[in-house]
Amino acid sequence: MKPRVAFFDFTGCEGCQLEVLNFYMEVVDLIGAVDIVEFREASSDHSDEYDIAFIEGSQSTQKDVERLLKIRERAKILVALGACSCTGGVNALKNRFPMEENLKLVYGDAAKYYNTIPIKPTDAYVKVDAYIPGCPPIRGEVVRLVKCLLTGKKFEPYKDPVCAECKLNENICAFERGEYCLGPVTRGGCNSVCVNAGRKCWGCRGPVDEPNVNAEKELLARYGMTVDDMLLQLKLFNGALEVSK
Amino acid sequence: MTTKEVNFTVHHVARVEGHGNIIVNAKDGKIEECKWEIPESPRFFESMLRGLDYRDVNFIAPRICGICAVAHATASIEAAEKAFNVKLTEQAQLVRQLLFDAETVTSHVLHTYFLVAPDFFGVGSVIPLAATHTDVVLRALRLKKVANDWADMLCGRKTHPISQVAGGFVKWPTIEQLKWLKQALEGDYMKDLEITVDLFKTLKFPDFVRETEYIAITKPDEYAFVSGSTGMIGSSDAKPTPVNDYLKVTNEFCVPQSTAKWTKHLRESYQVGALARFNVNYDRLHPRAKKVAQALGIKAPCYNPFFISVAQLVEIMHAVENSIMILDKLLSKGIKQEKPEVKVKAGRGVGCVEAPRGILFHDYTFDDNGKLIAANIIIPTNENHNSIQHDFEKLLPEVIDQPQDKIKLTMEMLVRAYDPCISCSTHMLEVKFKE
Repeated sequence: MKPRVAFFDFTGCEGCQLEVLNFYMEVVDLIGAVDIVEFREASSDHSDEYDIAFIEGSQSTQKDVERLLKIRERAKILVALGACSCTGGVNALKNRFPMEENLKLVYGDAAKYYNTIPIKPTDAYVKVDAYIPGCPPIRGEVVRLVKCLLTGKKFEPYKDPVCAECKLNENICAFERGEYCLGPVTRGGCNSVCVNAGRKCWGCRGPVDEPNVNAEKELLARYGMTVDDMLLQLKLFNGALEVSK
Repeated sequence: MTTKEVNFTVHHVARVEGHGNIIVNAKDGKIEECKWEIPESPRFFESMLRGLDYRDVNFIAPRICGICAVAHATASIEAAEKAFNVKLTEQAQLVRQLLFDAETVTSHVLHTYFLVAPDFFGVGSVIPLAATHTDVVLRALRLKKVANDWADMLCGRKTHPISQVAGGFVKWPTIEQLKWLKQALEGDYMKDLEITVDLFKTLKFPDFVRETEYIAITKPDEYAFVSGSTGMIGSSDAKPTPVNDYLKVTNEFCVPQSTAKWTKHLRESYQVGALARFNVNYDRLHPRAKKVAQALGIKAPCYNPFFISVAQLVEIMHAVENSIMILDKLLSKGIKQEKPEVKVKAGRGVGCVEAPRGILFHDYTFDDNGKLIAANIIIPTNENHNSIQHDFEKLLPEVIDQPQDKIKLTMEMLVRAYDPCISCSTHMLEVKFKE
């Protein structure tokens, strides 16, 4: 029997699902190899029977957490898809303020009708079997993961920092342009797409396993930048992770 | 007389971006409940962007929506430019418009082919169509792929854009890339669009009419998508309003059943999106887009919301023709390696663009260092909730004698026609489900 694959969207922009939809239809082999049983953004067909569950977005209410726990019970393999699920992503920017303040600021007197909880990565609630990081995820990585799952191979995350790929791409270092670049400490695999396009690394793929913090600090000192500014940069996509000086 | 009960809840309507529910209860043709509800979790963008540098705000804001990321990026960037009084060069304006046309086309192709068309083929998604209507699916994929490549080429990546910044672009397209795009659009793309128009001629849209107010950006000399320095908020019912006064148009309010913060202007509701733009700005459409409208039997003003998808097809043709004109200009002038210049200062700016699904506002206030102090974001889907609810109330009595499944499908199709993008929504109220 073909593995049954389901996509579940929590709080987020649904850009991950869109990326999957964008390339999925182009990869005809994959269409034949799995059964997509739940993909609400693209399909009204619906099923509670599945083997592999992709979790997109963050859990931002208690109800979301309960839904996630139920999905974990049913799924043989649970994959965190995208930054919001892997690290909390941009949703965790709200953790910089008390939840009451967020509610009051956006909803005013109607704030009492809402609830919201601080953002944590999905693996703070359930066991996650594989991570596809990034905002958005890199298409090829999703394909590589599905191939691994189909052939029973272990899915290994990309080991080197963005900086390594960036050097191979012969980009001018973003620090040279006065930017706070997170390339030295961020997990690669994106082919340094943001620096290639003329910007810097924002750290959307989360920290690399053994980040070279000293190298980052050295760069900051060399280019006259402060650790505090860099810590705010780290919070843009990684605010739900422990960040220390 | 037999008792007929119609009773259903569509929990999380599929093939829309984000989450929405339809709740209907009726007995003997008497409607007891008919509601459009939004259970999407709020995200607090306006709160969490506080304290960030404008460049980070511009990079994070597109994460409001994966489908219309370029629209959010452009509105966000325009807000910063207006706050800092940045003037765009002609080249920057042209490339921005060219990118925005790609946004309109990718989103409309996705919506018409992938999200709407399955209803007309009686299937749940585009996936089974790959086997039964291979040519249709392959054409949809071609149209989408070229439009995606078109956007990627200009901003580094459509979801989420990278190289468009306040003041222009940090990386400009090459002449070769522009030539490729022109050739692609004038050649096979145009052929595929013509076949698409033929396909849509055969689809029968539900016969339903509800006249309301239509709101869209308007400019004297173009069918506008980006407000820039001359755009105003146009209305079918009134003289245009300056963009800075957008709150006088949106008038957000809470409703007793508390499904969302809704908006209204001069009538009980207003509609935004492709049909609103078509109704407000019809005379500024490219002649070839007008021909598409004629072929598909849509005339301005059109009061059938199911025709939003048809108006989208008209807009695809307009955007492609408009882009070919821009490409000709850029190719004749050549591309200069301009560097975006921004001098930050304290101030407020309102960015306003036509996202594929309607008029979008990003209103920011910055301090002396260009850090964000306050933000207000109003997204088109929220503006349409009130219109969807009023359509429901008129539509349901007209179809109440039909089988429940048919009613359900018709109402889902209506929601899908609006192309809602609910995860965008920044102002949402929590709702209770009627399971």
